[in-house]
Amino acid sequence: MCLGVPGKVVAIDGMEATVDFWGVRRRVRLDVVDEEVSVGDYVLNHVGYAIRRIPEQEVAATLELYEELLRAASSDPMAEDVLSEIGAGAKERSEP
Amino acid sequence: MSAAAGFERLEFRDPLRARALVSALERAVERAGRPIAIMHVCGSHEQAVARFGLRSVLPDALDLIAGPGCPVCVTDAREIDECVALADRGVRIATYGDMLRVPGSSRSLADAKAAGASVEVVYAIDQAIELARRDAGELVFFATGFETTAVATAAALLSGVPPNFSVLAAHKYIPPVMEIVAEMPERRVEGFLAAGHAATITGSGIFEPFVARHRMPVVVAGFEPLDILAALVKLVTLVAEGRPEVANMFPRCVTREGNVRAQELLFRALRPVGGHYRGIAHVPNGNLRLRDELARFDARRRFDVDATRLPRDPRPARADRCRCGDIMAGTARPTDCQLFGTACSIGSPVGACMVSTEGTCRIWMTYGVGGGP
Repeated sequence: MCLGVPGKVVAIDGMEATVDFWGVRRRVRLDVVDEEVSVGDYVLNHVGYAIRRIPEQEVAATLELYEELLRAASSDPMAEDVLSEIGAGAKERSEP
Repeated sequence: MSAAAGFERLEFRDPLRARALVSALERAVERAGRPIAIMHVCGSHEQAVARFGLRSVLPDALDLIAGPGCPVCVTDAREIDECVALADRGVRIATYGDMLRVPGSSRSLADAKAAGASVEVVYAIDQAIELARRDAGELVFFATGFETTAVATAAALLSGVPPNFSVLAAHKYIPPVMEIVAEMPERRVEGFLAAGHAATITGSGIFEPFVARHRMPVVVAGFEPLDILAALVKLVTLVAEGRPEVANMFPRCVTREGNVRAQELLFRALRPVGGHYRGIAHVPNGNLRLRDELARFDARRRFDVDATRLPRDPRPARADRCRCGDIMAGTARPTDCQLFGTACSIGSPVGACMVSTEGTCRIWMTYGVGGGP
């Protein structure tokens, strides 16, 4: 539960954003994040709350780490944590 | 296995930089002129260390110990008992997935569910609130985890929850348990690696009082292999030079102040109180509980939870040999436990350290003993 997961904000309604995590869309609260978040931004999600807006210049490198993770076997604990964080089983996952 | 052979097998994104960092690490350990033991306190760090086989390239004189970094694992058996007692009374329970199979001193939540209790797995507290809104019955969210997860509990409570919703808080707060582990006589730890994403919220400055009191360095680290190696170089250098300082080696995510808004929410809803960590000890200020202003949403006060009358686990002999507590304290390794890989496995776990994806036993079992090729 230490590892947050990055996703792209596709819509915002008040304190609630719809965020795309590799094709899985989830609602994410914006109460905690300490910067203004706009559609198109990437945020670090942690148990349903965005804890950080990821600066644009860091998005590519951050996504790369997680993409490497998600290619791992389904028994991989780190990949499992990432998937459970976005509330998605391996079957629900689609390609980015 | 030699470090050179280790490098062949490890898939570093930047092998040249990894080699340079390991050389720097070797020089730093040599400069210290003695074996050095350091500890990380984050399950995700152990995952990264084991999955990338980092221990196979570390100098022999450097011992990287996994500490109490698995929030599921340090949840005390008594806290599980409280939740099982509530479930037995017919109260609906919602909690994070890993909590289901964690043993209490009586039964696990999975046992309670199999016996007919209503226990649902959610990935976020807001899902639990949705469940409460859908049905008028009482619903208790069993809230576990460190600062990052506690912030979500705090923010949800402060943004308003339905009257049939309450929280059984078993949140843990990392800085106080570092104080306890740092003073354990069984193992002399000379420095700590701190978890990057937790420090995103708390800021690296939160470790300054600890460093001043214990005169040992703390380095905040990210989760990529190169992040961890770079942080180890910094930490061992600080140890070798006798410099008790806080260093932030994850500046692309962490500032000294952290996410002030998140901290404000966290401590407006929750307060640190003393409490037990599985296997470690009573930790002063180590638990986070609901503040009096939110007492009406505190499941302990709403239900007058009594876990003392639960029957004990009928398999005490097996559970008694489980070393999960020692492993969480960093005084034993999974391989020191006689159950590891025999009576206790991923498919049939005995202790919390084998249940959770952040548990050291589960991680070592997945990647091979000690991790790595």
